[in-house]
Amino acid sequence: MTDDTFALLPDYRKQSPEVAARFQKIKEREVILRIENLTREFSTEQGTVTALRDIDFQAHRREFVCVIGPSGCGKSTFIRLLAGLDYPTAGRVLLDGIEVDGPGPDRGMVFQGYTLFPWLTVKRNVMFGLRMQGMGATQAEREALQWVELIGLDKYAESYPAQLSGGMKQRVAIARALAANPRILLMDEPFGALDAQTRGQMQSHLLQIWKHVDVTILFITHDLDEAIYLADRILVLKANPGEVNEIIEVPVPRPRSPEQFVSPEFLATRRRLEELIHPTAGRREERLPIFKLTQAGDEVE
Amino acid sequence: MPKSRWLTVGKELPANRRLLLAVLSFLIPVAIWGAVSYVPFLWHPQVRIEDPGDVLYFDAGDRVELALFREENQRMLDAGMSPAQGVRANPVFLPAPHEVAVAFYTAFKTPPRRTGDAWLHESLWHSITIIFWGFTLSTLIGVPLGVMCGAFSLFSRLIEPFVEFFRYLPAPAFGALAVAILGINDAPKIAIIFIGTFFQQVLIVANTTRRVEPALLEAAQTLGASRAQLFTRVVVPAAITDIYNDLRILLGWAWTYLIVAELIGRSSGITFFISQQARYRNFDNVFAAIIMIGIIGLGTDMVLSWMGKRLFPWKTGKGGRLAGFLGRLFGPREQTVFTR
Repeated sequence: MTDDTFALLPDYRKQSPEVAARFQKIKEREVILRIENLTREFSTEQGTVTALRDIDFQAHRREFVCVIGPSGCGKSTFIRLLAGLDYPTAGRVLLDGIEVDGPGPDRGMVFQGYTLFPWLTVKRNVMFGLRMQGMGATQAEREALQWVELIGLDKYAESYPAQLSGGMKQRVAIARALAANPRILLMDEPFGALDAQTRGQMQSHLLQIWKHVDVTILFITHDLDEAIYLADRILVLKANPGEVNEIIEVPVPRPRSPEQFVSPEFLATRRRLEELIHPTAGRREERLPIFKLTQAGDEVE
Repeated sequence: MPKSRWLTVGKELPANRRLLLAVLSFLIPVAIWGAVSYVPFLWHPQVRIEDPGDVLYFDAGDRVELALFREENQRMLDAGMSPAQGVRANPVFLPAPHEVAVAFYTAFKTPPRRTGDAWLHESLWHSITIIFWGFTLSTLIGVPLGVMCGAFSLFSRLIEPFVEFFRYLPAPAFGALAVAILGINDAPKIAIIFIGTFFQQVLIVANTTRRVEPALLEAAQTLGASRAQLFTRVVVPAAITDIYNDLRILLGWAWTYLIVAELIGRSSGITFFISQQARYRNFDNVFAAIIMIGIIGLGTDMVLSWMGKRLFPWKTGKGGRLAGFLGRLFGPREQTVFTR
């Protein structure tokens, strides 16, 4: 893409009336997740490393938030703090006004790696959270089967995770997390290990599920397109230490579709994310110190 | 499909070749044994006397060194007396394969030399019961303890240092002590198997349990699992398949300790049978008994391996009735012993 096409793009902050109205509606909803001065330091042999510093953020009910940032910006630390799998050095996380203290079923999580229980069938994996909360077997099974159907894997209800493909496993992981009826769904690069095609399918699956379920989603990714395609707002972090760089309201209207990847709003947002995350990269190709090892006349470019 | 090679780094061979090699793995040692037994010039360092002739101290059936046989016969010939007749033979401690094969049958049919001694099948059964009780007692205590050590640092730090020390103490060294405390019958033998197995078991099971994927524990926590549920519903089922395989290996070690254990107190079981038969120089029976231990060991392991596939269908993808039972056992349940 040349600088000319960039120049023709609108400002990423410019929103159409529909989009602006939608954001207005989101902001009117109650705040479900409140993050205050969240800081996490790790002591290492080289001294104290600040992974996250003074993160302030709020998410409203049924909002879809993506978190993006360069590698080493503490994205994973951030989501683990929200999940309660790690504890902050300072600051706090409030869910529905209650301070997070340890992991709990009100914050469902989908991990990057496959974390289905290999000894349980798909159905029993989805039942797991319900049973842990004391629901009876019959009811849990009924609800689990509904979820399995919702993710389109009813044929695999009695299969073991080892018999599923990567994409199917992550669909089950999403169903398992949602079946436990969480207030917020935390997703840590859940599609990172999938191939491009499966990834695209999973993104549209996720949007469909989110549309039909009363749940707020906080989604970590390093894929700019994925973030814009999925999110209402994007929380952009910067590295060393991890701090809020910018919070972008995505101007791409909903419902989203893959055709929007080349819409002006999409490209404008993408350019802004590029600037924030790779401020210098992409400008000039790095020259490798390599000399010619082929015969003259045998050119490929 | 490209023609598969016999030697390819990191590649499994096709099933028919694997079977062929497994058969060869047994046939080759037997073939070597057969060659040494049946081809005279390969070894046969002795001569079995058939007719002692005029050599005074030779008897029919004796085995004498080849050099001595030649020397004596030369002397007889020089003196004009009749030389001894004999055939080249291996020492008595190396019977030929067919003799051992026959012994496999006859050993069960031969009554013990002294009344009151055990028949072979009784000896074998006695050994199996000793192993069974030693190993079962050790497993009943060792596996839960190991899992606790693997799951909770508290138990690991409290128990493992001492266990680590104790496992270096050779189990046979406790023989005399075991007899003094437990008498001369089966109890001290079971105790030796127990000591030999238990301490290794705790450490191995603890290590296996520690290898449970931490992400599974975190996933369960975000689904609302309590500490007790985390232990019973995640740690135990996640580790159980590897623990099962650990037990298969440990059972092999238990057989090693058996030989020592059975010499303690009143010697008994297969070890007693072997040492008695060796004393009577029935080495065909000795070999038959040793091979029988191998067959029992390998057979047990194959049965356990087959059972493992039934018990843990998620490893193979095949379900069974046992699988259903286990699924119910380890699947989420309403009532647990430690509910919140």
